[in-house]
Amino acid sequence: MTGPLDLSRRAVLGAGTAFVLSVALPLPRRAAAQRAEADATFDAFVSIDADGIITIQSKHLEMGQGVMTGLAAMVAEELDADWSQMRAVHSPADDEVYANLAYGSVQATGSSTSISNAYEQMRRAGATARAMLVAAAAEDWGVSEDEIAVRRGTLSHPSGRETEFGALAAAASRTAPQDVSLKDPSDFTLIGTHLPRLDAEAKTTGAPIFAMDETPPSALVMTIVHPPKFGSMVASVDDVEALAIKDVERVAFYDAGVAIFARDTHAALQGRAAVRVGWNHIDAETRSSADLYAEWSGAASTPGVIVENRGDVDARLADAAESVEAEYRFPFLAHMPIEPIDGVIRWDETGGVVWLATQMPALDRDVIAGELGLDPATVTMNTMYVGGAFGRRSQPGQNIARELGRIAKAGGPGTYKIMWTREDETKGGFYRPLTVHNIKAGLDVDGAIVAWDNTIANQSFFTGTMFEGWSIQDGIDKTAIEGADNLPYVWPDHRVSWQRMYSGVPTLWWRAVGHTHAGYVTETFLEELLHRTGRDPVQGRLDLLAPDRTRDRAVLEKVAAMAEDAGAVPEGRTRGVALHKSYGTYMAIIAEVSDDDGMPRCHRAWAAVDCGIVLTPDNVASQIEGGVGFGLSSLLAEEIVLGDGGEVEQSSYVDYPILTIDRMPHVEVATIPSAAPPTGVGELGVAPIRPAVANAWFHLTGEMVRTLPFSSRDRA
Amino acid sequence: MSLDLTINGDTASVDATPDTPLLWALRDHLGLTGTKYGCGIGQCGACAVLIDGVLAYACVTPIDTLGGASVETIDDLSGPAAEAVKAAWIAHDFAQCGYCQPGQVVAATALLSETPAPTDADIDAAMSGQLCRCATYQRVRAAIHTAAADLEGGE
Ligand code: FES
Ligand code: FES
Repeated sequence: MTGPLDLSRRAVLGAGTAFVLSVALPLPRRAAAQRAEADATFDAFVSIDADGIITIQSKHLEMGQGVMTGLAAMVAEELDADWSQMRAVHSPADDEVYANLAYGSVQATGSSTSISNAYEQMRRAGATARAMLVAAAAEDWGVSEDEIAVRRGTLSHPSGRETEFGALAAAASRTAPQDVSLKDPSDFTLIGTHLPRLDAEAKTTGAPIFAMDETPPSALVMTIVHPPKFGSMVASVDDVEALAIKDVERVAFYDAGVAIFARDTHAALQGRAAVRVGWNHIDAETRSSADLYAEWSGAASTPGVIVENRGDVDARLADAAESVEAEYRFPFLAHMPIEPIDGVIRWDETGGVVWLATQMPALDRDVIAGELGLDPATVTMNTMYVGGAFGRRSQPGQNIARELGRIAKAGGPGTYKIMWTREDETKGGFYRPLTVHNIKAGLDVDGAIVAWDNTIANQSFFTGTMFEGWSIQDGIDKTAIEGADNLPYVWPDHRVSWQRMYSGVPTLWWRAVGHTHAGYVTETFLEELLHRTGRDPVQGRLDLLAPDRTRDRAVLEKVAAMAEDAGAVPEGRTRGVALHKSYGTYMAIIAEVSDDDGMPRCHRAWAAVDCGIVLTPDNVASQIEGGVGFGLSSLLAEEIVLGDGGEVEQSSYVDYPILTIDRMPHVEVATIPSAAPPTGVGELGVAPIRPAVANAWFHLTGEMVRTLPFSSRDRA
Repeated sequence: MSLDLTINGDTASVDATPDTPLLWALRDHLGLTGTKYGCGIGQCGACAVLIDGVLAYACVTPIDTLGGASVETIDDLSGPAAEAVKAAWIAHDFAQCGYCQPGQVVAATALLSETPAPTDADIDAAMSGQLCRCATYQRVRAAIHTAAADLEGGE
């Protein structure tokens, strides 16, 4: 987000008793020029009905991170609403009205930006609605606006007059005031308190909120046979057996897959198993993970495009009393949400309706419309809740939407539900990129770090997408290296560089993205360096912190105190620490670990977090706990391996095991009081838990694990 | 061909091939979408249901194996244990994406029906087939303890 938001507001006169308030944003220059003459009607952020129910439009996808509840809290705070009045729905798809202000003019959810980009916007929407209600009450009562108080959904006047929001909704439907003032954070009454999630009940009772739960009458279920290697193309299809199955209606193919249409899911799955597909592998990626590691490793041994450079690292390394070098290897990782990719579409020549969970709804709608040959304005996008995304539903190339549109087109006008199987999901690519770090450090005679040289080799997942120009700046894809740069520590000479690699394996952001590997390398390599000279892990880090990194210092000191308060380390366990900042949020963590038959077992973890103003404390803790579990899972046993010839070896949770309840540590979270604007926490726990556990393991066993996951050591 | 199933106390007639997994009979034929699909091979627990009160995975239960067994699904899960579990789930307010939670609620109901006062170890053992990618596990444990306490208090 650049600078304060300059918002213009307009009210749309609502029909009937509801009033609808709209907060419109300044348009990007080109769009503004196109729209200059148009008196466009903007969609709304907040509406209040006659019963006093306040509904906010969430421009962001609710993926479990609690964004709807967070956005509603901002509105409710400034509106002085009662929490029980609040509801939230996914907004319509619109790249302008519902743009992510951190990205410009695209509606997108990601990079833990939702809370920060919407913080002022949603508060302003709430404050504007409040001002409109107050104005209506003042007029009605014949009193001055500043004599009216608003508390928990009720407006009152010292004379004793009182009314609820709902009763004024119609009267308040008028032109919005141009200027509203926002509360000082010290006056917040809702933000920072426990606000129950708005979606708790629906999610406990199995309510139909996911795309897969949409069951329009006469919908055909579509399953797909995807290529066995990345880039393989359909060469031949034998559908005789598949079509002989009861309720299989048809088989259609396109360049990169074969779709089975059936009357129910069981038949569609049987059809998928029965269809025989011949593949052309000419353009396929045929290198194995081992081949890629060898290439990436070779590339990482020399510096790439410079990300950061201070001093003369080569000279300092040559002069150092001692130099240390290590190579780290990180596998492809799959997102593996429990809900596989799914979506529902109904279309004919006049338009369509889509039910899809997507982190980029407007772009996805446009792509689907394009595949169907429809005007995007005739296609309605219903954004659904998603059963876990972790980055998977944010596709710069809109691949999920494209496949849905393409197959629906092959089926002809009608209603379709697409359903990936667990196997599709596991083998389907869009992984966290396979990555190699080569890192060197120079130490002086006292063991102090004098040089640091980290080269990262991996691929950019923006290659070939419309985001390539936007994301790759000065030859650097920040998401590929984030977390290896902007370190809180200072030493004399310093270099971080990137070797851009290419493969046919589609990759994608995966919760915490670059921080997953970069945070691991920084914090474990540093641990080893401190250990060589007998420095304490916490004090050693504090000593290296740049003077202006006070927030890093605070979380590190806090977490050390939390672990200290928890008492002595039990027999057979050790503790490891890590400090990492991601997405504007600071976090330090200490993990307590034992040796469970050659694998680390994390029993407890303490996390100290500075995410600015804490909107919903319980959700922050919940997200950190979940992030810790997610990060730990990947550290222990997750990896996608391309075997000889380039086929993915894993196919389900059986061979891609994710964390189970019996391996979940008890996590204690503390937040640092702050008046800084709030920053995201959805991805935060993922990066730091990994090095914290590895560091504990290092002290416990003497082994620093540099090829992940831990379970792959058997293979090596 | 049509089969009679007993679902949430009612008889439901399903016109599907006999080897159809219960999961798809529920979702596609009966419109009961609370039971979720996650893997189809009994590895994730998203499709947990109770069959004659015992935890089972609907994705690996063909409908012709049910006989007259009584199936309970999240859509209409009732009884003291189920009510206590659902109340505890909402009170602890921890569902993240929520996709696994119907299965978690069914499995926790089965656990408390068998073991009214489970230890953490009991919970870990009984619930380790219920995957949660959002890793809400810490609060699953806490909510089960709350539900157990409620059940005991109510007796
Ligand atoms: S869908 Fe039945 S256990 Fe996964
Ligand atoms: S809450 Fe998301 S999988 Fe459990």
